[in-house]
Amino acid sequence: MDRRDLDWYIDKAVQILVFVGGVSAILLIIGIFVFITKEGAGFLTTTFDAKEFFTSPRWRPTSEHNPTYGALALIVGTASITGLAILIAVPFSLGAAIYIGEFATGKTREILKVLVELLAAIPSVVWGFIGLSIMNSLIIKLFDVPVGLNVLNAGVILGLMAAPIMTTIAEDALKAVPDGYREAAEALGATRWQVIFKVVLPAAKNGLVAAVLLGVGRGFGETMAVLMASGHSINLPTSVFDSVRALTATIAAELGETAVGSDHYRALFTLGIFLFLITFLINLTADLVLRGIRKK
Amino acid sequence: MARPEITYAIETQALNLWYSTFQALFDVDLQIKRGQITSLIGPSGCGKTTFLRSINRINERLGYVRTTGSITVLGNDIYGPNVELIQIRKQVGMVFQRPNPLPLSIRDNVIFGYRLHEGRGRLTRSQRDEIVERALRQVLLWDVVKEKLGRPAIELSLEEQQKLCIARLLPVKPAVLLMDEPCSALDPTGTEAVEEMIWELRGQYTILIVTHNMAQARRTSEECIFMLLGRVVEHAPTEELFVTPRHQETADYIEGRYG
Repeated sequence: MDRRDLDWYIDKAVQILVFVGGVSAILLIIGIFVFITKEGAGFLTTTFDAKEFFTSPRWRPTSEHNPTYGALALIVGTASITGLAILIAVPFSLGAAIYIGEFATGKTREILKVLVELLAAIPSVVWGFIGLSIMNSLIIKLFDVPVGLNVLNAGVILGLMAAPIMTTIAEDALKAVPDGYREAAEALGATRWQVIFKVVLPAAKNGLVAAVLLGVGRGFGETMAVLMASGHSINLPTSVFDSVRALTATIAAELGETAVGSDHYRALFTLGIFLFLITFLINLTADLVLRGIRKK
Repeated sequence: MARPEITYAIETQALNLWYSTFQALFDVDLQIKRGQITSLIGPSGCGKTTFLRSINRINERLGYVRTTGSITVLGNDIYGPNVELIQIRKQVGMVFQRPNPLPLSIRDNVIFGYRLHEGRGRLTRSQRDEIVERALRQVLLWDVVKEKLGRPAIELSLEEQQKLCIARLLPVKPAVLLMDEPCSALDPTGTEAVEEMIWELRGQYTILIVTHNMAQARRTSEECIFMLLGRVVEHAPTEELFVTPRHQETADYIEGRYG
């Protein structure tokens, strides 16, 4: 039997505190999920029409006579912005990660890492502002289009936002590659590029895939910047110069205007459930892929 | 390039080496005979690994290493202005303390170096298989792995991994093999098997082997170098060095008074 002195009680108290801290994250996630499901459930069981939801581009929840809840345009809007963002972010972040991880040394490396992390900390509304004010006029001037708030704008902004996170995770993945591999390849006469392309990148493959997936997850969930830069008009885009509307932006823009408990209100929560499931799946996949490398 | 009259595979003159401000090697003058197995012994931190790692210039990975003096490998000054690092590394293979097969299949590990230097295109499947088989036979590994060439190399035992690490050097036809305590991660059986294999390679390659294990130096080498605190104390045929050492420090070390 332990002696129940002050240290013993402190030990116990800290144990409980840490336990509560750890469990509360799980409870909160479950709580959030239960909440949005509960709010969206009324819609899901009554007015919800899966065919309409996934195939109709008509999102007209405020129509007096015949409200329609087709989310296709919103899904396509989110997907197109995220897709373009990933296309832009992957080369940037991979290049940055390779440079920081494999080439930069000493001070350069430390400064770059701090800067990249700083870049990740820029609030999304600031990015949105850049999209609204700078990118908008730039796109109009550069491509001679009437509106600069479109897929291109939002994609570039979102790409720049996702790149720092992807860089940090990709760099971690490169750092996890045992140095013995590099040494072995160099001693065999491989050039630096051969070491990177034939040894380091293949060995870090899983971590790099996870980095990209987390970037995708970030893209799906991002709201403010996308709301400000995308033009926010319901539209099935045919080119990058079309304005679109994202799932997240729809919720953010409309939720304040609806009556609690109305069909519209519940439909927005259904969008929330959908978003939650997608980001959850993406993050889960990324996590499983990352775990894959640890096992080896 | 390699001239037949060269008797020394590696020659160093007044080799000094610093890790930033710490001097690890002092005026090392050595001549290492071609086609022989030479072992480097000495207590930890005496500079034997550092010396080994300067011969293929892999030391330079660290970035803060400074070297003066000269190292000549097969008649070429490896610090010379018109020497290509890649060519040195092709001529001088290296085996590390811990087996470090690449995260590839056994076959791809063996062929990796060859592909780096010869390019991928010109190799037919049967040529490739021939190269792989020859290299694996030389390290006495062929019979063990011939059925599982496509399996990841990390699945092999440490002893087999180390043999594989030696095998992957051979297809590029190096002249010199540097081995940094190649058996230190292995159990006695593995050590014996790898030693036996190294002995088999004698004559075809100039082998320089760093070891902590004096019995190993005695068993596997023809010449032996004893280093202490960054300096070469004695360099002699192995039997001579162990039976009639000329320096007191050598005698003390091989009798186990320090180290």
